[in-house]
Amino acid sequence: MRNLVRSKRFWLVAPAVVYIAFFMAIPLLQMAYVSVLERGEYGGVNWGVFSFDAYRNFIFERDLMDNLMINTDYLQVFARSFGLSAMTMTFALILGFPTAFYISTQAQSRRNFLIFLVTIPFWTNILVRNYAWILLLRNGGLVDNLLGFFGWETGGLDILYTPYAVSIGLTYTYLPFMVLPIYASLEKLDHRLIEAAFDLGADKRRAMMRVILPLAAPGIAAGCILVFVPCLGAYVTPELLGGGKFNMIANLIGSQFGSARNWPFGAGLGFVLLAVVLLSMVAYSLKFKSLPEDKS
Amino acid sequence: MKVDTSNPLWRFRGVTSAAMMFFAYLYLPIVVLIALSFNENRLATIWTGFTTDWYLVALGNDDMLRAAGNSLIIAVSATVIATLAATLAALGMSSGNRFRGEAGVAAMLALPLLVPEIVTAVATLLFFVALGVKLGLLSVIVAHTVFCIPFAYLPIRARLEGMDPSLTEAAHDLYANEWKAFRRVTLPLLWPGIMSGAMLSFIISLDDFVISYFVGGAGATTLPIYIFGMIRMGITPEVNAVSALMLLVSILFVSVSFLIDRIRY
Repeated sequence: MRNLVRSKRFWLVAPAVVYIAFFMAIPLLQMAYVSVLERGEYGGVNWGVFSFDAYRNFIFERDLMDNLMINTDYLQVFARSFGLSAMTMTFALILGFPTAFYISTQAQSRRNFLIFLVTIPFWTNILVRNYAWILLLRNGGLVDNLLGFFGWETGGLDILYTPYAVSIGLTYTYLPFMVLPIYASLEKLDHRLIEAAFDLGADKRRAMMRVILPLAAPGIAAGCILVFVPCLGAYVTPELLGGGKFNMIANLIGSQFGSARNWPFGAGLGFVLLAVVLLSMVAYSLKFKSLPEDKS
Repeated sequence: MKVDTSNPLWRFRGVTSAAMMFFAYLYLPIVVLIALSFNENRLATIWTGFTTDWYLVALGNDDMLRAAGNSLIIAVSATVIATLAATLAALGMSSGNRFRGEAGVAAMLALPLLVPEIVTAVATLLFFVALGVKLGLLSVIVAHTVFCIPFAYLPIRARLEGMDPSLTEAAHDLYANEWKAFRRVTLPLLWPGIMSGAMLSFIISLDDFVISYFVGGAGATTLPIYIFGMIRMGITPEVNAVSALMLLVSILFVSVSFLIDRIRY
């Protein structure tokens, strides 16, 4: 009987798990394999011919004399991606934490509604959201006109197709990911602890720094990871708001399968990006899942 | 004891204004885009009058309608397959005791949410090429189903978690066999969760750009890919109208999905 129940559960779970394993886990493993293959002369790969060119190309290039030279082009793309992601994470935290705190102090029905408002943009099309920022940021757009209204020169904003525009767009895209986990940890927080801090003579600043922030730390860390990691893999925003001039890792990966026709290199970059994502998840769970949750 | 958070002590300086700024930042682009889609002027930023003409122009564009048709075929197929698989998986994961490998199964079901889209796109493309699969609608449907599964799974699982197990037990006590108990008790109670999950995966599939772009090939231009091409060509009122339509469809679906999910047990 026990075995029967167990095998029934196995058959229930199997279709979804097998589907994801076959169409996602195996392709990811295969991508890692392709990254150590030789690139085909006319695109594609030479199956079964191993080569570490993909990883060597990342830092070195061969000059005409066949000497290895250091090439910083790709390192720059990585540096830009990490820089923009860190900037985006900071902006999102500055805007997101007070918002999460504000929502957590509202009445229950209002809270649910506000959280719903936070999530709506996430479900809308990412192209459309970024396109809306093109309308806002371009010369002669709304932001430009508003600045003109306050006495700035109009027509000379020149912010679209710069890293700033990319950063604004990224912040916009990933902002909800910062608010939701912080809100989740603030909502669980026992408000009596803060009350106790006030009773013991803490002023607001001290209550914030010594009680609220430490208790919200797991949520803040989760929010930072949830913003930083997808930012690293952002494709659409740099493409549209950076005008293709300020590429990030994802655009570099994409171009290896388009014009650059270097599949092993693209696969290697994808593998590195995936490794960064998985490592940050592991780091988070090691740091925070082991903490005892104080429910007493 | 309930703490009164309306007490002035709870008012931290700047919190309310930061929250207001946050919501303004979140909704300003959406509002502006929808407003400009009704602008009569061809130069999309100068307001000269209200018109719905651009919607008519957009809806009369055959290429765009074909792309929208592809998007619908893909989204419906991916949603049906993903919701079926996700419902079964949620039933398997929530009934009774923990089983060996449960953590592994849970990790596999969450995998599509963890991997960056571009990596999924590229890995899937390589996989299809290696297998010699022809890129087109079918390859996109297969790829979309993968990332739709977790989006369908989560609301269904949440609904099952909140369900009272004594209801099915009562059905068994009243001589319902396994299938009958499922069909007459579990399924009706689960239905809002299934609908909610299906709508979320539908909208996620309809909105996807990156994966369709890489896995689609020439034959499977979806609406987001078509819009991407239009945006690249330049800003026109037609793009505004199509974009506003897509926004409204997404917002409508998500709102309905959340309302359904709140139907009581």
